[in-house]
Amino acid sequence: MSTPYVLLGLLARGPRHGYELKREHDARLPRTKPVAFGQVYATLGRLTRDGLIQEAGQDRGGGPDRTAYALTEAGRAALAEWLGSVEPPAPHVQSALLAKVVVALFGSDDARAARRYLAAQREAHLARMRELTKTKSGEEASIADIVAADYAIRHLDADLRWMETTLDRVEAFHREVSHD
Amino acid sequence: MTESLLEAEGLVKSLRERDRSRLRRTDFGVLFQFGQLVAELTAAENVALPLLLGGARWGQAEAKAREWLDRFGVGDVAGAVPTAMSGGQAQRVALARAMVTSPAVLFADEPTGALDSLASEQVLQVLTAQARAHNTTVVLVTHDATAAAYADREIAMRDGTLLTSAEVAR
Repeated sequence: MSTPYVLLGLLARGPRHGYELKREHDARLPRTKPVAFGQVYATLGRLTRDGLIQEAGQDRGGGPDRTAYALTEAGRAALAEWLGSVEPPAPHVQSALLAKVVVALFGSDDARAARRYLAAQREAHLARMRELTKTKSGEEASIADIVAADYAIRHLDADLRWMETTLDRVEAFHREVSHD
Repeated sequence: MTESLLEAEGLVKSLRERDRSRLRRTDFGVLFQFGQLVAELTAAENVALPLLLGGARWGQAEAKAREWLDRFGVGDVAGAVPTAMSGGQAQRVALARAMVTSPAVLFADEPTGALDSLASEQVLQVLTAQARAHNTTVVLVTHDATAAAYADREIAMRDGTLLTSAEVAR
């Protein structure tokens, strides 16, 4: 889970209240699930307990939403360590798309049905890519919107290329088998 | 659509060579993978070229060329020759040249094939924005799905055969 580190990253720019953190989190990561207030406060509690952040003053009235938090030295070090560590390059091998394409191509005798499925899947991917491209080309798109849309577009493009290669591969395989 | 294409083809075929050249110069714009700018001419001169060939005076043609260079964000290289530009700049200059006559149809053949992804994005964004602003139909040929995603409509071909087509509301 990267939420604690995202909050540390936001606090690196100066003390923030919980509700500010929630708002900034959602604005900077527009295509991920919005973080719930409850999760923000629970995470802030854990980060405080672990000494990575500390309370930095309270507005009048008190209460959890009136408390500002600031990064501690330990928090700054933890953030730097997280940013410097490489994420395992995980292929999306658990994907439903992979399962369906494999079953469509190898599990069925109806080659045309598999082709039809792939064509329809391709259309769906392209339609989504067009939608995302429109979003990121819009005048009101923020840099966070563009970065998030790019991430999605490039992954959809990778799916498309893989589907095309797979179709070619399976056709080449069938040609070879029928010639033997 | 097929009918109007056939009609257009018949029309183009029935024209005399001279009129066909004029049609290509005024109603069609063409953009290739490599901009194919005239190496000896500046950006402004390259863009002014189709207007000069159509009989425009230099002063007018140059002013219009600079206008189009500005629209595509390359006004600052108006006096530069192609070798002094980046690939993305050269391609936007070539785009300005293809659009300077406000053609009805712009044919773009892998226009971002030689560019890195950020430069591609800039070219495709100004291309779609200006084409919409000037009611130019763009026929874009590409292998790149991220480039195709800028279009309103896609016609997929595989080994010369039509695969699918989808109309998408803007």
